[in-house]
Amino acid sequence: MSAPHNHSGHDHHHGDHGHGHEDEGHHGSLKDYAIGFVLSVILTAIPFWLVMAKVFDKSSTTAAVILAFAAVQVVVHMVYFLHMNGKAEGGWSLLATMFTLVLLVIVLAGSIWVMYHMNINMMPSMGTDVHNMQDMR
Amino acid sequence: MSETIANGAVSADPSARYYVREHHPENGTLLGFWLYLMSDCLLFAGLFAAYAVLGRNYAGGPSGAELFELPTIALNTAFLLLSSITYGFAMIASQRKNVKATIIWLGITGLFGLAFLTLEIQEFMHLIHEGAGPQRSAFLTSFFALVGTHGLHVTFGSIWLVTLMFQVGKHGLTTENKRRLMCLSMFWHFLDVIWIGVFTFVYLMGVLP
Amino acid sequence: MTMSDINLTKLIFGRLSLEAIPYHEPILIGTFAMVAIGGLALLAVLTKFRLWGPLWRDWITSIDHKKIGIMYMVLGLVMLLRGFADALMMRAQQALAFGDSAGFLPPHHYDQVFTAHGTIMIFFVAMPFVTGLMNYVVPLQIGARDVSFPFLNNFSFWMTTFGAMLTMASLFIGEFAKTGWLAFPPLSGIAASPDVGVDYYIWSLQVAGVGTTLSGVNLIATIVKMRAPGMSLMKMPVFTWTALCTNALIVATFPILTVTLAMLSLDRMVGTNFFTNDLGGNPMLYVNLIWIWGHPEVYILVLPVFGVFSEIVSTFSGKKLFGYTSMVYATVVITVLSYLVWLHHFFTMGSGASVNSFFGITTMIISIPTGAKIFNWLFTMYKGRIRFDVPMLWTVGFMLTFVIGGMTGVMLAVPPADFVLHNSLFLIAHFHNVIIGGVVFGVFAGLNYWFPKAFGFKLDEFWGKVSFWCWLVGFWVAFTPLYIMGFMGITRRMNHFDDPSLQKFFVIAAIGALIVAAGIGATLLQFYVSWKNREKLRDVTGDPWGGRTLEWATSSPPPDYNFAFTPVVHESDSWADMKANNYKRPTSGFVSIHMPKNTAAGFIISALSAVLGFAMVWQMWLPAAGAFIAMMAAIIVHTFNYKRDYYIPAEEVVRTEEAHTRLLERHV
Repeated sequence: MSAPHNHSGHDHHHGDHGHGHEDEGHHGSLKDYAIGFVLSVILTAIPFWLVMAKVFDKSSTTAAVILAFAAVQVVVHMVYFLHMNGKAEGGWSLLATMFTLVLLVIVLAGSIWVMYHMNINMMPSMGTDVHNMQDMR
Repeated sequence: MSETIANGAVSADPSARYYVREHHPENGTLLGFWLYLMSDCLLFAGLFAAYAVLGRNYAGGPSGAELFELPTIALNTAFLLLSSITYGFAMIASQRKNVKATIIWLGITGLFGLAFLTLEIQEFMHLIHEGAGPQRSAFLTSFFALVGTHGLHVTFGSIWLVTLMFQVGKHGLTTENKRRLMCLSMFWHFLDVIWIGVFTFVYLMGVLP
Repeated sequence: MTMSDINLTKLIFGRLSLEAIPYHEPILIGTFAMVAIGGLALLAVLTKFRLWGPLWRDWITSIDHKKIGIMYMVLGLVMLLRGFADALMMRAQQALAFGDSAGFLPPHHYDQVFTAHGTIMIFFVAMPFVTGLMNYVVPLQIGARDVSFPFLNNFSFWMTTFGAMLTMASLFIGEFAKTGWLAFPPLSGIAASPDVGVDYYIWSLQVAGVGTTLSGVNLIATIVKMRAPGMSLMKMPVFTWTALCTNALIVATFPILTVTLAMLSLDRMVGTNFFTNDLGGNPMLYVNLIWIWGHPEVYILVLPVFGVFSEIVSTFSGKKLFGYTSMVYATVVITVLSYLVWLHHFFTMGSGASVNSFFGITTMIISIPTGAKIFNWLFTMYKGRIRFDVPMLWTVGFMLTFVIGGMTGVMLAVPPADFVLHNSLFLIAHFHNVIIGGVVFGVFAGLNYWFPKAFGFKLDEFWGKVSFWCWLVGFWVAFTPLYIMGFMGITRRMNHFDDPSLQKFFVIAAIGALIVAAGIGATLLQFYVSWKNREKLRDVTGDPWGGRTLEWATSSPPPDYNFAFTPVVHESDSWADMKANNYKRPTSGFVSIHMPKNTAAGFIISALSAVLGFAMVWQMWLPAAGAFIAMMAAIIVHTFNYKRDYYIPAEEVVRTEEAHTRLLERHV
């Protein structure tokens, strides 16, 4: 949806239409990368410590906490490294990301839910192997 | 929408409201590449789903707790994270129109990527030698598939990176090359995002009882 | 022979040997003879009329979305003939094989026929048809000159075509899968299907799947980035909206197919345990994942034709489409909901009441937006001045046929009912009802509607009507018996029956199939007659139907660059708006136009991937490695080509436009 150009002298911008800057929202600054790096290191070190030092008693607690840290770190990467914001590509990048995230949750949660029920109902003799699937409760 | 009239002359032609002489549609490469990455994300979703369902089916064989060496994984995570930063430095250098610095930071990124792949291949070969290869159990099958697919992506990314180093060296930081650097940047950071999922969901949770 | 000799032969030839050629199957030998004769005749014609050069320059290496769209339609038509031949064989077998008579297709052959029928119809007929329509029409409808990534478009087409060729190759070298079109394990695993059939299936779909996914990315970027000035989202034609949602579905869902088939091929080739019965594998995981892909896939097939019908209903009723906003919302809702229903394909597999209820309810909900669309079309027709040209006939046929098919779908959505009807002939009748009544009728409607735009002359009306009535009557004669038998509990995919009282139903179904065959013949005849009478059927103005959207603002066929001046949009139904405001086509002031160049890279890379696929099927590791390396090299070499565009000089644009001006003046 670019504004119409009507001046005949605009030929030199054919390959790269002159909108000033060509990549909105993709400029990363040193500050962004530094902040992202430090946050990522922290958000990685803590989960590793939680698991290796066996900080929590219950596996499910540890699992929930490190998954939360992972989710936060994903957002950190999206914002500070991938420069994700609502204005990139007219908002379409964010829309595509949100849509993908929703589908990812559906695929993961749906598969786990369906397969869990199927296994319980159709393979009751399978006992411990099947019942130990992570974060299902 | 204002009138779009040619030659600057006031035209009585009402049809001029309906056309413009020259139109340059916006370039879709960055959006297109992002959309491809979203499709790749769902490819990994399928692999994560398989691992979620099969990840505790040890078939009497070894479990993650017995096999995974978390310090090595921590080191690998560090390599990948550092490679993300060095790629960021390459992007900053390209914004400053510094061809040499761009290529150097790309090279360093590639070396970190190579270090990551070396450690990963060593891990795989060690597991296979211990009889814990992908055929041993569904857990190991889904582990090798998920982690291996990520490793394959890093491999292809590295080949692309080397190619781009040549192309930037040959043609400089043209518009097209800058676009390609942006695409590889998105790809590389995306692989680091997937790795967050891998080290959390596979390795860290895999050693939990 | 030394050890190294044997190893080298194995590395080069893998499992391939002369025994792969089915000498002892008369049907296949006969088919091969016909294909060989026909193929040689085609090669002779191409050589005699020196068409190789134009074929390569103007079609094979073309990155023009219009040419690519036409090639997709040709692919779909050719594969329709193959897929329908399979259908005729099945109908014949099931009409004959009762009691002592075993028919003419033994089980191992019959099973390949129904597997090939489904695989070909979905992947190599329906998908190319809807992709072809979207490819041809969308850039024109949004006032653009091509898609966002013209090279990728060419590459996507050739990947699809070479995928189809791999499936066709299985007819004469080796065999095809015997597992049904979704190839469920453990039947499709290496233990139960050690032959190459399932591998052909996997690699055909992997090659074609790459093409489809990239095409999805391409069309989304095109619609987002290349709309004419003033064309906001809510001023886009409805067909473009449905194309946008369809391609979002493609990008979001094909990766699941890719990864699931990859897992199956790992199980087969390397001995992994994704879907095995032992060592912790779970075959139902395949079923789960493949249907997560499979359900959105059917919406990928049907959403574009909903768009086609919207355009046709408004054009041939002479009215703006009723309820544009609700049409858009309905399309978006269907897109999202299509991800929440997949389990209804396997209600009977034991997931239990809570899971089944959830998916049963979502399945019923998803019928609502489709119903809203039907009402919008009816309200558009109400008080309109309806012209029953061939496209409109197909549309009315769709409305009646598809709605009934949809209703049988809602019946199947009720889990207890599905426990009786799952995998019965009722199911077969239901999905053919919606796919034929929906997708096929929509494709023929679109074909008749846009043919004059693509080729400059209309299709013959008489043979078009013959084709329509044969399809409509033939479909109902073929599938009503199947609905009845499904209620009686008769199972699908049987090549022989013991109960002779069923034979009459199958004979009626076979007659229906023959009527449809007549319809296909009528379409082929329609092409021939139209070509012969093309001057009488010529479309001079570029707007033979009184269309409402921008594709009708160009000449028929459009010039390479589509629009000499990019249109500016003020209202939806922009061409109707332009006509209502006495728009006059500009006749001077043309400038040079920036266009992408043709390229052989797409064809070459796709051909190499087909070689790779074939080599993987037959475990010819050395050729596979060679093909893979050559592919990577070709891709990298292609990226070193920075000069991919050129300018159409202003003089040429002037010449083209002036020729069209003269044509219009002669016929006013």
